[in-house]
Amino acid sequence: MKEYCAATRTHGGRSTPDLSDMAEVEDTLKRIQAQHGVIGTIVVNGEGIPIRTTLDNSTSVQYAGLLHQLTMKARSAVRDIDPQNELTFLRIRSKKHEIMVAPDKEYLLIAIQNPSE
Amino acid sequence: MKDMSSKRPKSKEANKKKTKDKSNADNLPKPEEAVASEPGHPEYIFPLVLTSVSQELFSCRADEDVTAENPHKLLKKQDIIQDLRHRAAVCDFSPVKQAVLDYPEDELLLVFDRDFTYGQSFYLVLTVQAKESILKPPAEGADEQMEDEEQQEEEEEMMMKTPEPQPWVSLGSEQEIQDQSLSESRPRLRYSVCPLGRRSGTRVRFSDRNALDWKEELVECSSYEDKSFSITRMERDSSTQTCRDNTHTCTQTLWKKPKNMWSQYEPREFSSEEKQHQLQSENLKNFITSVARRFEIYLQQNLIADVFCDDWTALCEDDASLMGKTETQLKEYQSFMDLHFSKEKTISHVQWHPSISGVIVVSMMERLSLEERIDSSTKLLLNPSHILFWSFSDPINPQLQLECPDDVLCFQFSPSDHNIIAGGCMNGQVVLWDISAHVDRLQDTRSGGKNILNKLGKSDATPVVRYCAVSGIENGHKAPITDIQWLPETFEVNKLGTPVENQSRTSVQLVTCAPDCCVLFWDLRAPRVMVHSLTDIKQKQEEKPLENPHGVPNTFTHLNLTWKPFIRVSLPKISSSGEYSPLKFSMRENTVDYNTGDKSVSGADSHVFAQLRMQSAKQQKPLQNISTKLYIATEDGELVYTDWKVEKDNDSGRMLSAKPLDVFLLQDTLLHTVSRSPFFRDIILTVGRFSFSIWREGLTCGPLLMSVYSKSMFSAGHWSRSRPAVLFMGREDGDVEVWDLLQNSRQPSHTQNISTAAISSIRTQTSSAKQNLLAVSDRLGTLHILQIPGSLRRSSSSERQNVEKYFEKEEERLQYFEKRQSDHQKKKKETEAEQQKKKTELVTPPKQEEEVDAETLKEYQQFLTLEKLILKDMNIQNETQQTCNTINTP
Repeated sequence: MKEYCAATRTHGGRSTPDLSDMAEVEDTLKRIQAQHGVIGTIVVNGEGIPIRTTLDNSTSVQYAGLLHQLTMKARSAVRDIDPQNELTFLRIRSKKHEIMVAPDKEYLLIAIQNPSE
Repeated sequence: MKDMSSKRPKSKEANKKKTKDKSNADNLPKPEEAVASEPGHPEYIFPLVLTSVSQELFSCRADEDVTAENPHKLLKKQDIIQDLRHRAAVCDFSPVKQAVLDYPEDELLLVFDRDFTYGQSFYLVLTVQAKESILKPPAEGADEQMEDEEQQEEEEEMMMKTPEPQPWVSLGSEQEIQDQSLSESRPRLRYSVCPLGRRSGTRVRFSDRNALDWKEELVECSSYEDKSFSITRMERDSSTQTCRDNTHTCTQTLWKKPKNMWSQYEPREFSSEEKQHQLQSENLKNFITSVARRFEIYLQQNLIADVFCDDWTALCEDDASLMGKTETQLKEYQSFMDLHFSKEKTISHVQWHPSISGVIVVSMMERLSLEERIDSSTKLLLNPSHILFWSFSDPINPQLQLECPDDVLCFQFSPSDHNIIAGGCMNGQVVLWDISAHVDRLQDTRSGGKNILNKLGKSDATPVVRYCAVSGIENGHKAPITDIQWLPETFEVNKLGTPVENQSRTSVQLVTCAPDCCVLFWDLRAPRVMVHSLTDIKQKQEEKPLENPHGVPNTFTHLNLTWKPFIRVSLPKISSSGEYSPLKFSMRENTVDYNTGDKSVSGADSHVFAQLRMQSAKQQKPLQNISTKLYIATEDGELVYTDWKVEKDNDSGRMLSAKPLDVFLLQDTLLHTVSRSPFFRDIILTVGRFSFSIWREGLTCGPLLMSVYSKSMFSAGHWSRSRPAVLFMGREDGDVEVWDLLQNSRQPSHTQNISTAAISSIRTQTSSAKQNLLAVSDRLGTLHILQIPGSLRRSSSSERQNVEKYFEKEEERLQYFEKRQSDHQKKKKETEAEQQKKKTELVTPPKQEEEVDAETLKEYQQFLTLEKLILKDMNIQNETQQTCNTINTP
């Protein structure tokens, strides 16, 4: 049975690797987007170019550019204070929304939520 | 030029001769060089005539012994002397005998002068030097004969050697220098001049003397330009330099800090393929999975609790509602009762002064029913009624009195000019007052408490202001005017009722209504003068203008007694014939956007209404977005919603107004108040005798809120100006009720008894920002001023929203009900239709048995096929389940 299972696993894992990964990514993003009050989500690459977004193009480009710079700044601030520390999450609360940014070495995930609803 | 022989260097003659000698010495090869300017000959040259005998004797025969080429002949001195001895006087040499004897040497030179340069054919050279020079002409032309043969020889010898410096030998230039130089020829003369009689040796005292003062003793030798000494420059050195033409060039300063002024850029974007590629990367997947958990936690956090809300500020808003009952009391602040004028009178209308705080205006009216009025009409004519101005500083005496032609039921201040008051009278006339002359007195009263002296100085009698203008009795209403309102200064209405732009930016139009079933529009300006014929002009000229009695301003003389309304809106009933009789009306508050740069046409002259003219139809600019609809409360308890625009009826040519848009029958008794909420433009309060209701404009189903019918009757109603949910109601038994719609819409939140008589009107102060005074007037003629407690004054921030939501809910409810009703109606119709159908069906004959059998068989077949299908589906499912089960079992 193990062999059979292994066979199925390899069969399922390698022939279409991208699709399942993508499906997972899609699922996660959809889950985040479906949370109550979330206005939009953006996935940004290391240079500030949006890869995947639920907002319109101009808005997402603007958010990506600005928040990318801010995240870099915040990350360097945290590192300067304590070189062993690193930035894990960034939340910007404004009157109307809350912007949440999860940084990574290569990517950035941005979500905008309206918490008062 | 150097001289040849300078035996006499100081004579000028020798100089001349020297030049001649030089030329003669060079005569040998070139006979042309001979200069024969002088007839004479040099002294050492003696021209001779030699006869042929002599010639043979001395063997110098012409052209034989001596020729042109060889003209020299040396003759011995001894021979010449012998010849002289022999022939004595005949000898040719006799004239030169002495010279020959003196001749130092032995041989003399005889030269054949072929050309007769000296006048003879031969000449004898008498001096040795001449002979030498002739015989041996010098090699250089400029060399002087002074040089001896030795020198010449030396020169010839030295040509091979470099010339050595020779000691300077004067050649005669010294004479020239000495001639030119100035030398004293005699010793200098010396003179000493001294005046006679001067004692020498005494002290001399010098003093100054101004030269200008002693002009007579002065001889001035001033310089003057003497032309003879002026030197004219004949030559002048000048130089020129070429240069380029003028050119304009410019250069830019160093731009040390290059900075972009602006830059246009585009964000970098990925194409869709790249995005797909990125999305499929492993890294992205890992990132998202690692981050997603965190994200969800935080997103939910926000929903659980608001971390940033300020509890303190939120706390104090609810403070007001928790306060005890004492705070809701309306405290009495002041009350006004005039002893002279208010006896047996009631207050019909109360108005706060819009700009001057602390002044309240009250109109007094006789407290009589119609029969009593008719009975005591004469008495009434003698006692004119008044409008009184009360100020808080003086509770006993009114500040100002406005005289009215008849009892005034309602009045209003003009919104653009607070000195103009318009009132509607019992007899249907519209009255205008202008109190600009007395405004100072009103304003002083506010601070009058401080200046006691001033107060004493003023006369105690209240000034009486007569009305400026009254409308014509025939043209106005035929019933007492119950409501009057000004149109705002933003727009005006033309003859057809369309709103047009108001050029003068002042309120010039009034609207009045009366129970005579019409709403009239009045204009304050003089009508456009249209002169039709000469007779008209004459008539106008003959009529003298009415002059107002003393003390009355002439603001509206043009209107006095001739004033007419320009629009008459009638209110025909919708369903039946007849008309509605309005008591009060309410217009929608309209705002108009004007350019702020547009100043009013007549800025300072806005007071001079006589000069304002109604616009011609061409000049008027119609305005959109202005609602021309009125809500009218009628005597019969109806709320009429109509448009004031009139249309021209083509048949009769008269202006007709359209039928009202909506009518709501509320009660059987009259509706005495229609007012709009100051916070919401489309919420209207109507107060009738037994209940009040709140309406939304445009909603035709019904009122949003209708109060419970109460036992005691309402006599007045008013919105609170500071809180959107608060209403003040006045009752017939003298109670003032405070209704808070958000707290309880079924009963008032607070009731307070103010007076024993019925409340006739309630007004809140509009002029001051504090908004804490409430004016309540009763039928006895007393005016009570009450203080509104803080809880009723201060509104919470969300109150407006809450009230809006409340109204929206009510609206939804109404709409729901309406929908339900319409659905119900539909259903009802359907059921009826079905019933109808059934009835018709029963009439059809019964079917035959065979047909019935066939039908049942068909049905059975259909059932069988259906069953098969279902079984098939179920079978398949069973199969798949079995296969799954086999796989999953280890």
